[in-house]
Order: sequence, then C-alpha cells, then structure tokens
Amino acid sequence: MEEQKLYTVSIFSENTVGLLNQITIIFTRRQLNIETLSVSPSAIEGIHKFTITTFSDQDMMEKVVKQIDKRVDVLKSYYNVDEELVYQEIALYKLSTPLFIQLASVEELIRKYNARILHINEDCVVLEKNGHYEETQALFRELSESIGVLQFIRSGRIAITKSKKERLSDMLAGLDH
Amino acid sequence: MKKELISGSEALLRTLVAEGVETIFGYPGGAIIPVYDCLYDYQDKLNHVLVRHEQAATHAAQGYARVSGKVGVALVTSGPAATNAITGIADAMMDSTPMVVISGQVNASLLGTDAFQETDVVGITQPITKWAYQIRKPEEIAWAISRAFYIASTGRPGPVVIDFAKSAQIEMVEYTYRKESYIRSYQPYPALEMDKIQQAADLINQAQKPFVLVGQGVILSHAEEALMQLLTKADIPAAETMLGLSAMPTDFPLNKGMLGMHGNIGPNMKTNECDVLIAIGMRFDDRVTGDLGTYAKQAKIIHFDVDPSEIDKNVATDVAVIGDAKASIEAVTALLNKNQHSEWIASFTCHEEAEMRGVIQEELYPTSGAIKMGEVVRKVSEATNHDAVLVTDVGQNQMMAVRYFNYKQTRSVITSGGLGTMGFAIPAAIGAKIAAPERTVCMFSGDGGLQMTIQEFGTIMQENLNIKMILLNNSFLGMVRQWQELFYQDRYSATVMDNPDFIKIADAYRIAGQKVSDRADLDKAIQTMMDHDGSYLLEVVVEPKGMVYPMIPAGTCVTNVLMSDKA
Repeated sequence: MEEQKLYTVSIFSENTVGLLNQITIIFTRRQLNIETLSVSPSAIEGIHKFTITTFSDQDMMEKVVKQIDKRVDVLKSYYNVDEELVYQEIALYKLSTPLFIQLASVEELIRKYNARILHINEDCVVLEKNGHYEETQALFRELSESIGVLQFIRSGRIAITKSKKERLSDMLAGLDH
Repeated sequence: MKKELISGSEALLRTLVAEGVETIFGYPGGAIIPVYDCLYDYQDKLNHVLVRHEQAATHAAQGYARVSGKVGVALVTSGPAATNAITGIADAMMDSTPMVVISGQVNASLLGTDAFQETDVVGITQPITKWAYQIRKPEEIAWAISRAFYIASTGRPGPVVIDFAKSAQIEMVEYTYRKESYIRSYQPYPALEMDKIQQAADLINQAQKPFVLVGQGVILSHAEEALMQLLTKADIPAAETMLGLSAMPTDFPLNKGMLGMHGNIGPNMKTNECDVLIAIGMRFDDRVTGDLGTYAKQAKIIHFDVDPSEIDKNVATDVAVIGDAKASIEAVTALLNKNQHSEWIASFTCHEEAEMRGVIQEELYPTSGAIKMGEVVRKVSEATNHDAVLVTDVGQNQMMAVRYFNYKQTRSVITSGGLGTMGFAIPAAIGAKIAAPERTVCMFSGDGGLQMTIQEFGTIMQENLNIKMILLNNSFLGMVRQWQELFYQDRYSATVMDNPDFIKIADAYRIAGQKVSDRADLDKAIQTMMDHDGSYLLEVVVEPKGMVYPMIPAGTCVTNVLMSDKA
C-alpha cells in the first residue's frame, strides 16, 4: 500500500444547496475521514471554495478528485500535498482573566507564539493564534499546563498554492461562453 | 402584454411535452395529485402508464430508455413512493440509463417538519443520481425540468431526481420554456485530444494481437457502425460486456462473444494473451476482470470513455482517450492502417470448439433428461428469427439468456447489469414494448425474480401489451444455489422455493399461458406463444440443479475457467 499522508483537496463549485453532502459522501464511501473542512465564497463571485484535508494515498486522491469533478455543480477540484501549499489555521483560546494576569510573563508568551488578544473582561481573555496545527497545538499545550484553557476552537485549514498558475481562472477563461 | 398564468403542475407537463416526452410511467398519491389532475387534460399528449408499484415505474422507464435511446420518465408521489423508486434509480445510475424521476413532496412550508409522507428524497438520492433537485417554487419548474433532461441524456447518461413540492404544483406562474443546453460546471463531452488519438492509433497499428472490449458506451453514443468500421479496417477481434451486447450482430465475423464471469472462453482467455487491449465505453467491472492483479498484465491498454473518472479507476491505462465514443472511434479509425490479423483471429477457434464441446453442446442440444435453460433460450431466439428484444431478470436465467439469445440489431438486450436487480424483467419488458411496439419483446425470468414484481401482470393487462414471457422454473434461487453447490458444500440455505401455480396467476390477469415440462412439447409451446396475439406466459420446468458454465469464480484470474462441476 502506498504511503498515507495528509492531502488537501480544493474544490470550486457553484453555490448550491446540498453540494457539501454530495462531496462528503464521496469521502464516506471510501472510508476517508475528513480531518478539516472549510467552506467560503471564493474570489470569483458566485463560486464557492471547499478546502478539505484527509489522510490518504495519491492513487486514492486521484480517484476521489475525479469523482468530485463528476458532480454536476462542481467546477473543478484539485489535490495537493503540504509542500505545494501555503496553508493556515486559526485558533481561539478562552482563558480565565485572574489566572492569565498571574502568568509570569504575558508579553513573553504573546511574543513567543505571535498570538494576540482579541477580547478581555474581568472574567475571561480570548487569544487568537494563526499557524499550522503543530503551532496552535503548542500554545494550547503550554496554556493547558500553566493556567488551563476554558474553551478552545480551531478552524479548518485554508490553503493557497505556491505555483504561479491561477488554476480556476484559467479554466473559466477556457469555458468562454 | 401580460403573460398567461398557469399552475406549477401544468408548467411541469408543458415542459415534459417540450422535452419530447410521450410516455410516463407512474403511480399517483397525495403529494402528486395536482399533477395527476392536470394530466387528465393532457391525455392526448402524454401517455401515462399506471404501474402497480413505484419500483416498476423506474424499471419500466429504464426499459423504455434503453430500447428507445430517449429519456425514461417516472412520476411518483412522496415518502414511500419515492423510496420504492430508489432501486430503479440506483440501477439506472450503475447502468448509465437516462431517466428522470419526478417525485411529489409535501408543501414547501412543511419541509423539515416530518410531515405525512415526507422523506428527504434529495438527501437519499444524491449518491445514486447525476443530479437531484427540489423544486419549491413554480418559477423553478421550467428551468429545473429542462436541466434534468439535459443532464440525464448527455455525457455519460444517468438518472436525475426532481423532488416537487406540492405547493409549487398548485401555485400559479408565468411560464416560459427555454431549453437548457449549457451548464458552466458540467462538460458532458470533453474535447478530443488529438495527441491521444494519435497515440492510440500508433499502438493499434503496431499491435500483433489487438483485442477490442465493447461496452454499452458504444450503444449510448450510437457508435455501432463506427465500431464495426474500425474493427473491419484493422481486422481486430472484439468481445462485448453484458451491457455491450447487440452493439454488433451476433454473427458479425469479428464478434467473438461475451466477456466476464459467465462469458465465452475465448474472449476471457485472449484478454490475457493480447498485446494491445482496446476498451471502448466499458468500465472494467469486477464481473469482467476477475482478479485485477492478474488482468491483462501483458497488454498495453487503451481506454476510451466519456467519463474521466473511469480512467485508471480499476485498470491502469497506457493511453486514455476521453470523449464521446463515436467521435473518438471515427478519429482513431481514420489514422489506422488497413491490416490483417488472420492468425490471431483464428486462435479464438480452439476455445470456441472447446466451449462447444464442453458446455454448449450439452446445454443446447441435450437428448435426454430434464429441459435445460439454454436450450429454451436458443429455441425462443430461433422462433423470433434472432431479431427480438431480449429482456432478462437477474441470475441464472439472465446468464443463460444473454449467452444463448442472438441479436441482429442494436439495443436488443435489456438487463440489469451493475446493480443486478431481481424483479427487473417484467417492468423493464413493459417499458421496452412500449418503446418499440413493432418489435417482439421476449422476457426471461426465474421463479424467484418473477415473484418480486409479479404484480406488474396488472400493468400488462391494463395496457393490453404483447410480451412473450418465458419463466425458467427450477424451483430454486438458482444462481445462489449454484454458488452453494460450488463453494458452500451443497448447503442450500434458503434457496429452495415452494412456488404457486404461475399459469393460474397469469390467467387471473387475463394473460394466456402454459406450463411445459417435457422436451417433446417445447417447440410446439414456443410456437403457440409466438403465434398468440397478446402477452403469453410460457412456464418451462427446467432441471432443478442446472449450472451456468463456463464460470470464472469471483475474484480469480480470467483464465481460471470452470467448464463443469465434474472436474
């Protein structure tokens, strides 16, 4: 069996009801677990972008992407490995204000992790950190071990390719109707 | 000028007429009553066939579509009706059959409330359709229905489900029909890549032992003539998948028979001997390939398909030609040299002779013992001058029918391939006969499958159809019994059938028939059936433990052919 690694699938589609279901059943049928999922409008009006990560192998990803492309309302889908992408996740950490201000060096922590404070009141502080999974996880670990984390949430991955080529706009230009 | 307002129901029917629909297979119910009420005024334009179960509506629409090449249409109500239709929808998806299923749905205001007979039809059918859409407002009807027909019939055809809220059937709308023929995100016919065409032609021109596998894609793209020109010009032997049958006449000299688990020995053996394997409009199903690890490893593989997701799905290709089969075949043929492969073609003969000696002779021309399934099939084929439409159920009856029925024209084999749906035969035969009233329709079924949709005798009666139905009755679920005999030490778990008097059942539906168990009576009974003006049920009591051979056991190499259980 081929090596399992994390793949990022990017899907451009029309913005129609039920498309997410059509896409996720393609993963379900092959017992592929969706690690992260992010959906939002793309730069092109009316076109939505899905970014999905999953552990798999290249042969499987080829087949999955073709099956996704086959759906009528999907414009185009692609898969990439991490080396081909600039990618980011965002994490929010809710902490107890009394414990937070007792920390030896808030400034050191913020600088070390390049985090920022989004909100503060007498009860709680909300920190934000952007980064790869390992980076947001490292801050979570440090905070958990020191003052504890009241709530934690991490977004799905968003990603952009490093290559010069604008894949979807080229394709749309090719359609030319 | 103010435009005329019509109901959503009428908008649906006008769009169906505009899309060229002539026949609808359906069954009314609460959430589709407004459409049925409107249909009352459209009886001169739309022929509605009242089936006895919604599954039958879908299979009839499939039979109609497969024979005519047009989109089959089924109309059902919400909830249980829509779920009854699921089997036919899944079957049409597997076998690339163009079909539009319109299901009623509760009022738009009730959606999501678990209203009476509400079910999430779009959610349920998304995995088994090309497109599933819910109409909530009458303004969507013209667009959605026309789009449904466009999607169902183009590219690789398939089923589309339109879930139609009852409120939208009743509300009034300004109606304008506009034919949908473009969807930005849907490219049904990818443009031919000339470099791939050239590569394919080069490989074929250099081949010493080329072999063509013909799938249903050839029929779906009307490429039968183009295929035979390619084969003739380059002198290449060909074999058909089960759904590809009748793309070439049985007696076309380069037609070497059927592939697969119960296919002919030659085509299966030659798959692993050829040097260039040319697959056209077929999808390397496991019933064709057996073990992929040993499948055609020696050959360069060229795969023609309109569906890019089929390329490299099961078998890795050397050259993939993506696009419409007819255009691709014609483009490749133009680049082919006239060629001769006499020795290679002659090498099929020894396998044909071995199959004749080891299997066919005894199956078709037995002189003693109980009647055999194969001999019945061949006699019926002969009685129709080999020119009928064959409709089969699933199981031993199906394998015997497709092995021993012969064909002269295309679109003559209607059978459930990918999904393998028992109960397919009677309703599919109804659809086939309505699509081709001038052709003889011969239906083969076993005693198991017949009883899965036997209620459709009622539809045959009401529509006064003329279908020749042959029941091969072995009082077993024969194909499962065959596997139990071969692989489960004769432990016949739940495969023995206590059967009713089928002739009496047919008689209750005013369908003539007779039961035959003696070989001496068979010819006359078949002639009586053929001469009868109307539907006929010929029940033939066949040997209880008949076996379908040759057989490649599931998951083994295509050259691992069992010829008999005596080995």
